[in-house]
Amino acid sequence: MEISTNQLLRFTTAGNVDDGKSTLIGRLLYDSKSIFEDQLQAVATTSKRRGIDGVDLALFTDGLKDEREQGITIDVAYRYFTTPKRKFIIADTPGHIQYTRNMVTGASTANAAIVLIDARKGVTEQTRRHSFIASLLHIPHLIVCVNKMDLVEYNQEVYARIVEEFEAVASKLVIKDIRFIPISALNGDNVVNTSKIMTWYTGAPLLDELENLHISSDYNKIDARFPVQTIIRPQSTTYRDFRGYAGRLMSGILRPGDEITILPSGLQSKIKSIQLHNQELSEAFAPMSVTVTIEDDIDVSRGDMIVRRNNLPEQAQNFDAMICWLSSQPAQVGGKYSIMHTSNSTKAIVQSVVYTIDMETLERSTEKLNLTMNAIGRIRIKTAKPLMIDAYRDNRHTGNFILIDDATNETVAAGMIV
Amino acid sequence: MTKFYLNYLEELEAEAIFVLREVVAQFQRPVILFSGGKDSIVVTHLAKKAFFPAKIPFPLLHVDTGHNFSETMTFRDQLVAELGLELIIGSVQESINQGKVREEQGKHASRNELQITTLLDTIEREQIDCAIGGGRRDEEKARAKERFFSHRDDFGQWDPKNQRPELWNLFNGNYHKGEHFRVFPISNWTEMDVWNYILKENIQIPSLYFAHDREVVWRNESWIPVSEFIELEENEKVVTKKIRFRTLGDITITGGIESTADSLESIALEVASMRQTERGNRADDKRSETSMEDRKKQGYF
Repeated sequence: MEISTNQLLRFTTAGNVDDGKSTLIGRLLYDSKSIFEDQLQAVATTSKRRGIDGVDLALFTDGLKDEREQGITIDVAYRYFTTPKRKFIIADTPGHIQYTRNMVTGASTANAAIVLIDARKGVTEQTRRHSFIASLLHIPHLIVCVNKMDLVEYNQEVYARIVEEFEAVASKLVIKDIRFIPISALNGDNVVNTSKIMTWYTGAPLLDELENLHISSDYNKIDARFPVQTIIRPQSTTYRDFRGYAGRLMSGILRPGDEITILPSGLQSKIKSIQLHNQELSEAFAPMSVTVTIEDDIDVSRGDMIVRRNNLPEQAQNFDAMICWLSSQPAQVGGKYSIMHTSNSTKAIVQSVVYTIDMETLERSTEKLNLTMNAIGRIRIKTAKPLMIDAYRDNRHTGNFILIDDATNETVAAGMIV
Repeated sequence: MTKFYLNYLEELEAEAIFVLREVVAQFQRPVILFSGGKDSIVVTHLAKKAFFPAKIPFPLLHVDTGHNFSETMTFRDQLVAELGLELIIGSVQESINQGKVREEQGKHASRNELQITTLLDTIEREQIDCAIGGGRRDEEKARAKERFFSHRDDFGQWDPKNQRPELWNLFNGNYHKGEHFRVFPISNWTEMDVWNYILKENIQIPSLYFAHDREVVWRNESWIPVSEFIELEENEKVVTKKIRFRTLGDITITGGIESTADSLESIALEVASMRQTERGNRADDKRSETSMEDRKKQGYF
């Protein structure tokens, strides 16, 4: 495998229990030759024990004891495979129990989402919900796989009708890159190999699409945002005066000599050097982890953000956010939570719920304003100190935050700044 | 013109370094769980890069079963000396002597599960609030569910069905007194990624990973090294084979594979063509279909 240029693509799969999601992942792994012999042997044995002819591809994604016993997926599981062109990480999210919570988790880091539609059923509420979440999380690419084409006799008209139906849904989404593929995960049509039956489909199979999606632009390369994670002070004889700021560029590009502002203090300086281990770099871009030194002796600590002087994020204590509630304890209006945003943490109050999204109709509701587990809505929030924020639609990495319940330490909400 | 994207190994490295720095920022007393295997060596290498030019700001912790390859111990001591780090040792033999655990008996006896008690006792004794491990999600189905920041209750237990959701780059390391975290910076790496990275960075690894002549017996579908710790059955024949190890655990349970790969390049090539998973040679994973899940729930690595 060529290491120098091959990229990493993270994608999430959304679907119901019986729409063939596990079979699709199994097919991708199997046909891309990512299954080891002992894994194949184990799955073949289980298939036989359960009275299935051949190998049940869905079993490759079997997980915990309870999941196997109940035949369901409980939690996000991560799967890996590599082709000569790319490395892939699949966030395999369950379709039913707590699907919102799990799908939001899987979607938060994904470059692409695969939405599965059963060719016999067409666009369902579940399809709409999955697409809505993918759009809410600003996943850059969406691939709609119309599955089980074998059960509709590989009929082109059925496929065309579903594509048209989905276009109506898609017109409300913010995702600009949407592709459609007719597949049969069970028989392997258009997953890794081009279908020999659906000759009317002239596009590429799924794996080809995944291998060729343009993902280098998925990171914002314009707005330099460098949240300081930790300070590096060796205090050794060789590096007596070294003071470096360690962090990961969330977006944008930084170079030595750049005129910078340190937030929230507003103090100005210049970048002196950028290092990764013992290498001096002439530039750093998102998502690189580096160590930055600056020209002036300024007090900088964790939670501060280094940005370019002429391109500042907003500093705010009051803002609105779309939120997905993740906890069985509903959101408390007026309640205090801890908030984590980039490398910053402070306290936050949920001041009000502006509206919630009815997950059946995807309409806004100003009547039902309680945020229970898996609910999505817009809230107004106030923080104990200013945060350096960007709108989530402009910057996925400085526009997100989580809320933590201080009593249980649980992560209770995922937020996207409006 | 420069490219403004990372290749997959660079991205995995950037992610792991980010996670290691979060550990230092969020925890009081972190350690690296160091076994002398390639994964914990890679994690240690990443920590070196993450905090350069400072030293790694936390100790290494080795849970010593007493059933070690001598090569691993030599390697461990050299690495600790070179990096100038503190080494904490949790001794399984001591746990046995103190009567906290009982040695397994019989041909398939191993000290694998006994490590759990020693590990948790050491974490408590040293007031460790974060143990950084080299676990990877591709290794095993229970590990596929692991978070980067994985919570353990005050009994050291993992509750896989009730984990904190982990979103974007935000890692919630908040805990109550007595609880701790396990953190897995190389969660998203595969075995192949680890080897490609070792090759790219030219990382030193124990000689056991390279092909060498060794006295072995055929047991559990792999070549188990002959040592003072295993009892030979009558029908088991000791032979000398050119082998290497794909993973390193206790000498009693780590099976070797026949190989002539004696350089990092040839190992990477060999791993790329492997048709068996690496844990296929580990007797500890063969005990049952859910042996990893069961051990992890109790506090295993």
